[in-house]
Amino acid sequence: MIREHDSVIVTTLVRMLVPPIQLFALYVVAHGHGSPGGGFQGGVILAAAYILIGLALGREELERRVREGRLLILGAVGVLIFALTGVLGLVLGGNLLDYGVLSIVGVRGSAARALGIFVIEIGVALGVAGALTLIFCRLAKTGEEAL
Amino acid sequence: MSEVLNALFLALLVILAGAAVRVRDLVGAVLILSAYGLTMSLVWAGMGAVDVAFTEAVVGAGASTVFFLATLLRTLPREQPRERRARPATLVGVLLLGGLLLLAIHEFPAWSDPSSPASLHVSPRYLRDGYRETGAPNIVTAVLADYRAYDTLIETVVIFTAGVACWLLLPRREP
Repeated sequence: MIREHDSVIVTTLVRMLVPPIQLFALYVVAHGHGSPGGGFQGGVILAAAYILIGLALGREELERRVREGRLLILGAVGVLIFALTGVLGLVLGGNLLDYGVLSIVGVRGSAARALGIFVIEIGVALGVAGALTLIFCRLAKTGEEAL
Repeated sequence: MSEVLNALFLALLVILAGAAVRVRDLVGAVLILSAYGLTMSLVWAGMGAVDVAFTEAVVGAGASTVFFLATLLRTLPREQPRERRARPATLVGVLLLGGLLLLAIHEFPAWSDPSSPASLHVSPRYLRDGYRETGAPNIVTAVLADYRAYDTLIETVVIFTAGVACWLLLPRREP
């Protein structure tokens, strides 16, 4: 349903905008523990970058960049990163999702907890970005006319 | 000044919500809903809840609008059926419920009241010990990703499962 936009201004602008949007998404994920934002918001922004590609450059371009099967795997990997980080706390002798015991990489105390938070934020971001882009890919497939 | 702005935003919310229900063109309704999400995010930002404002802006004003529009393109009709007059029983019920809610409003804690019950339970402890314990200066992240990590884990699973369910339910090919 969604094909490439007729206007060269729109397509050029979107091509220029997408990399900064993706970079901003990574920034929001990475800075979630210090400033507003985090995995969820960053994941949605990352998905928004691909939604923008689909809307302005057409479905073919979107499918050239991301495949549905890979998105599914990406989302599942995100959820698994979160869950396994939690289980790792259990394995290392703490409680489930207790990042305080993640001192294997040379950090301890609150630094280990901050590391745990960072890792699960990445998991959340992958899970959310994968799920939202997946829905949009499928929604963009059919319909009777272009936007 | 801040109170004037707040009153303005809240009035705008009511107007936008009414307009979204009343307007017959569904694409118009979706766009009004997007404006509603943006206004809501400004209200959150005014309350100092920047994380919530951020989420509302990206999801309420952004992503959900696109999903609604993409869904509208796949479905017909694009207009709401001509509205009928509200039945008397419905009208009475709505007025009663609205009246009850208005009556209950004065029991609510005042706007951003630091001594409201919700702010007295665990919040002081989070604010006092959060940074020392978790190393996260943003206390919202500390609560979401550490103190309340169970909730966030299940939330992430729910979002992913919902996404996969939508993906499975939507038809694979063009009709």
